[in-house]
Amino acid sequence: MLEFVNFYLIPGLVLGSIYALGAIGVSLIFGILRFAHFAHGDMMTLGAYFALPFIVTLGFSPYLALPVAMLGAVAAALLIDRLFYKPLRAQPSIILLVASFGVALMIRAAIQFVWGPHSHVYASGFQMPLVFSGIRVAERHIYIVGLCILLVVALHLFLTRTKTGKAMRALSDDPDLARITGINTERIIAWTWALGAMLAGCAGVFVGMDTHVTTLIGWNMLLPVFAAAILGGIGKPYGAIAGGLVIGLAEEVSAYPVFGNEPLLDPTYKSAVAFAIMVAMLLWRPSGLFRGRVY
Amino acid sequence: MAELATFLAYPVGLLTIAGIYAVMCLGLNVQWGFTGLFNAGIAGFFAVGAYTSAILTTAPHPDYLGGFGLPVAVGLVCAMATAGVVALGIGWLTLSLRSDYLAIATIGIAEILRLIVKNEDWLTNGPRGIPAIPRPFEWLPPFPAQVAYLALVAAIIAVIYIALERGLNSPWGRVMRAIRENEESARAAGKDIMRRRLEAFVLGSMIMGLGGALMAHSIKFIGPEATEPLIVTFLVWVMLIAGGSGNNRGAILGAVVIWAIWSMTELVTRQLPADWALRSAYLRVFLIGLALQIILQRASSGLLAEKPPKPIPLDEGEPKGRSRG
Repeated sequence: MLEFVNFYLIPGLVLGSIYALGAIGVSLIFGILRFAHFAHGDMMTLGAYFALPFIVTLGFSPYLALPVAMLGAVAAALLIDRLFYKPLRAQPSIILLVASFGVALMIRAAIQFVWGPHSHVYASGFQMPLVFSGIRVAERHIYIVGLCILLVVALHLFLTRTKTGKAMRALSDDPDLARITGINTERIIAWTWALGAMLAGCAGVFVGMDTHVTTLIGWNMLLPVFAAAILGGIGKPYGAIAGGLVIGLAEEVSAYPVFGNEPLLDPTYKSAVAFAIMVAMLLWRPSGLFRGRVY
Repeated sequence: MAELATFLAYPVGLLTIAGIYAVMCLGLNVQWGFTGLFNAGIAGFFAVGAYTSAILTTAPHPDYLGGFGLPVAVGLVCAMATAGVVALGIGWLTLSLRSDYLAIATIGIAEILRLIVKNEDWLTNGPRGIPAIPRPFEWLPPFPAQVAYLALVAAIIAVIYIALERGLNSPWGRVMRAIRENEESARAAGKDIMRRRLEAFVLGSMIMGLGGALMAHSIKFIGPEATEPLIVTFLVWVMLIAGGSGNNRGAILGAVVIWAIWSMTELVTRQLPADWALRSAYLRVFLIGLALQIILQRASSGLLAEKPPKPIPLDEGEPKGRSRG
């Protein structure tokens, strides 16, 4: 039982929290701009790489580098929106999806051009885990989950207490009605990108802290992040959080040897878990667990 | 004669690969150009076709399935069949939903296929790949054999082109366009949307599988590292959009033009010092991505604009609403 908690449950929660941050962004962007943002994973990678020089060269702690990664990702997202998405806003939204597919490859190529194709680590060496009556937790895992909770609470307050947040939800629920009430669509879109990129940048740094930084971390997270957003119901940020946790836990627990000593599913096929859950969800209940929208 | 052969070997090789990309581009045109289905997993169907044909046509081998030593023609047909079966499954699951879901699902299936190829040694020989795949016309001297293979690829393109043109101008093709332009009105007219979409998705994927098989026979080797999946998918997309989606001639032209640019710039960057050669490889991906953005924004019809079938009772304007897909 302790083995299950230490090696499957806790890593699952950490991974799930990271997925949740990405899924919230995907869900918000889908809700407001009505397209699946394929470059979201690579925006996470961008956050991880923005933090890299501050951690490795300047010796900052990853937590202090978080604001840098967030601001960098927000600036990049706003620039990308201005250059590549805004001119296509009047087109059918599927054209935006094609454009974002191109943007994903452009971001990755730019990262590879600047930082090279090799993988990097924020900090080398082994950190002793903390032990609570048999349960072992790495310190960074506590911080990652704690910061994720903090970010989600902040997002909740933003969406429910501020005028911009309420306008954002209104635009997601009914674009025409929102426009009639005088909501400035472009301003809300900019806020959506800023929020999505902020969370994506954090998620990238967290992955870098947990494992290592490669140019593929974001692309590899794209499928589970979309699965999480669909599971939670597109356009429902709270659903995305639940979806992220479910996908993260399912991916880790799928390797647990339930019967005998063999893992339930070969860990190399982890990404198939997210895919299977997503397909099952689309068949059984396309609106997601939290009754999001079906577009 | 020998000098002429060495001089022409490069353009012949270039055109062969461009032709194979043209095959895949025609496949994507059925899905995206005609019907508005977004497939981000082209590399997955490419791999299914390539491995099917490789396993069926190579000589027996103890390490992996296969070695059936069948003729290449059987390999090509079976490559189409397996790619079609995979497409049937995935399409049946996701085609009734908005095309964004299909796009995500195709990424997933391509990723799972990549993992299978890499990890199931008994089936695909894992990371080592399958070598010594036969190429047709190998009994000829090297250069004529190369030309003959190019001719075979060209003939296959011609057959697909004629078949698709006939299909596009038939009631079947018109229904496809109708679904793409306005799904609700097509449904109101009593068309079976799901079935037509599934047909387009499966047919397009079969053509992509054929492209994969042709590539395997052309380079005589297939492995997980033989091609970079995302680059293959992305190049086919750029080719179709640059050439003109919805236009079969545009799809072929786009494949030739983009592949020529892609491989000739590689010729230039390879001359650079090692460090810069590596960096410029990424620069090429970046620039081809930028080219896609510019085409989408400034010249969305591509080199050859889509020509609606005659007579033209439809409004030619681009749809403004969200009805597409």
